[in-house]
Amino acid sequence: MRWLRVRELVRKEFIQVFRDKRNRPILVLSPLIQLVLFGYVVTTDVRDIRVGAVDHSKTPESRRLLESFDANPTFRILYRLEDPKALDRLILRQKVDLGIWIPPDFQAKVRKQKTAAVQVIADGSMSNMAAVRIAYTSNVVDGYNTRLLQEHIKRKIQYGEIDLRVRTWYNPNLDSQFYYVPGIVAFLVMLLSLLLTSMAIVREKESGTMEQLIVTPLRPFEMILGKTIPFILIAQAQMIMVALFALFWFNIPMKGSAPLLMAATCIFLLSTLGIGLFISTVSRTQQQAMMTNFFFIVPFFMLSGFVFPIANMPLGVQWLTHLDPLRHFLVIIRGIFLKGTGIAVLWPQFLELAVLGGVVFAGAVLRFQKRLD
Amino acid sequence: MVLVKNVSKTFGEISAVTEASFAVDQGTLAGMIGSDGAGKTTLLRIIATMIPPTSGSVIVSGMDAVTRRDAVKALLGYMPQRFGLYPDLTVDENLDFFMDIYGLTGAERSRRREKYLGFSHLTPFVRRKAGDLSGGMKQKLALACVLIHQPRLLILDEPTNGVDPVSRQEFWEILAEMKASGMTLLVSTAYLDEGENFDRLVILHKGRILAQGTPEAVCSGYPDLETAMIKRIETVDAGLAEERFAL
Repeated sequence: MRWLRVRELVRKEFIQVFRDKRNRPILVLSPLIQLVLFGYVVTTDVRDIRVGAVDHSKTPESRRLLESFDANPTFRILYRLEDPKALDRLILRQKVDLGIWIPPDFQAKVRKQKTAAVQVIADGSMSNMAAVRIAYTSNVVDGYNTRLLQEHIKRKIQYGEIDLRVRTWYNPNLDSQFYYVPGIVAFLVMLLSLLLTSMAIVREKESGTMEQLIVTPLRPFEMILGKTIPFILIAQAQMIMVALFALFWFNIPMKGSAPLLMAATCIFLLSTLGIGLFISTVSRTQQQAMMTNFFFIVPFFMLSGFVFPIANMPLGVQWLTHLDPLRHFLVIIRGIFLKGTGIAVLWPQFLELAVLGGVVFAGAVLRFQKRLD
Repeated sequence: MVLVKNVSKTFGEISAVTEASFAVDQGTLAGMIGSDGAGKTTLLRIIATMIPPTSGSVIVSGMDAVTRRDAVKALLGYMPQRFGLYPDLTVDENLDFFMDIYGLTGAERSRRREKYLGFSHLTPFVRRKAGDLSGGMKQKLALACVLIHQPRLLILDEPTNGVDPVSRQEFWEILAEMKASGMTLLVSTAYLDEGENFDRLVILHKGRILAQGTPEAVCSGYPDLETAMIKRIETVDAGLAEERFAL
């Protein structure tokens, strides 16, 4: 083991990474662009519900119902129609998110103190969004019902009532950006470290320089260090850059310790660099390496709890998620960013991530050494 | 210097080299001639310690190429058929990289740098990226990087393949100089007209050695090397065909 050789490999790797004109935007610009794009796109907040309304009752009662929708900042009545079929077409073409049909007998039933039906049609092709929209709709209708009741009974109802005082901790406004942006930071670090490591080694195979290196006194372990140290440094730099951007652009709070976050990143990189090494042993060309990368990236993304809650997964799959390094890193990064938690709370994740990384990296190193000999 | 004894190499079902035995004496220029797929590269890679033989042994300077791999590695320089340098690094950076890998420092480092840049006529191009060099210059840079640790045995796999005639001529002159300095060289080629440059020849065909000896001995009885080789190949292939039909 000679440090001069490792140092020279690292130096050479840096020259190559930054000399490649295509690499420079990939390293600096693309993480930022992805963060901005994802930060705005990946959001499940329902802020605007477009409504198409068919009012066949045309009475003060039905108009007041629609007005209460209009008065709510979330709802916008875009179309007032006569024909229910026209409403179907609007929903099909996604011109509106919600259809409301008030039947002709609405006023009569309300006045006779009977239950009046109002039909609400939601676009269920995006089930999460539909559920949220329906919940908002029932809220508005509940409000209207209460007012009808009060007008009918004419005197103040004296009754002990329950008042919920809800406080959402760590994200008081339930801003989904708070949840997603730290996740994106983690995802980008994984993506870039995986791709860069596997590509850097496969490029040596493709260009024939690996063959030349094998006959030099360079040892496989020196080669591994020379190929991973540059990407640890680059990934850390990117982590800092992307995290700063998340703090100042998206105003994500950073409540925890930055050194702890960097330590977590190092442990996380053990897994991703190990997988990068492994990919380089099974791929001959950069295209193959790219395809193999996606074989890992997509399941890691799906099983990480980034978008789909792990608690909703079948039990077997929930166990499987423990093999996903991104899952543990997401818990750590969200904990540090939003809650300011420290190692006292996050140690199970740190431990699992370290064991996973240690096993993956050691396995990849063994395989890599065997391949080179 | 090099002793190859009954070396065979199989890749799964395919046998690339079968029972090859030959020797290369210290300070000589040995040539390995054969058509594409004859097993030249496999044999050279075995001698260069890159892959172990399936059976048989290779002794370099009295040391086994498998068991004493590191010691053998230190003695030899190997230049693969494909350009094996970093195209995105400059001539200087490539040379620096290999000097660091071999742990060259101080005065010796600058002395060797001057020497090998000078002999390969690359001094004016030190700032140029290796990928932007012409084919002949690339080969000379590759040679300079292989020679930088002053190996005693130089193994070159088809070094003149795809190089223009003038550069080829120049390349052969460099090899002659190397030989004169006491280096042992083992060079493969598919160009039969280069056969006269060698002290000894090994003719390979379908993984077997057809003939070996001085160029005169290999040619004896035939007008030139080309006819000698074609006739021998025809005889062997006919023999192989008979064997197969007899079964």
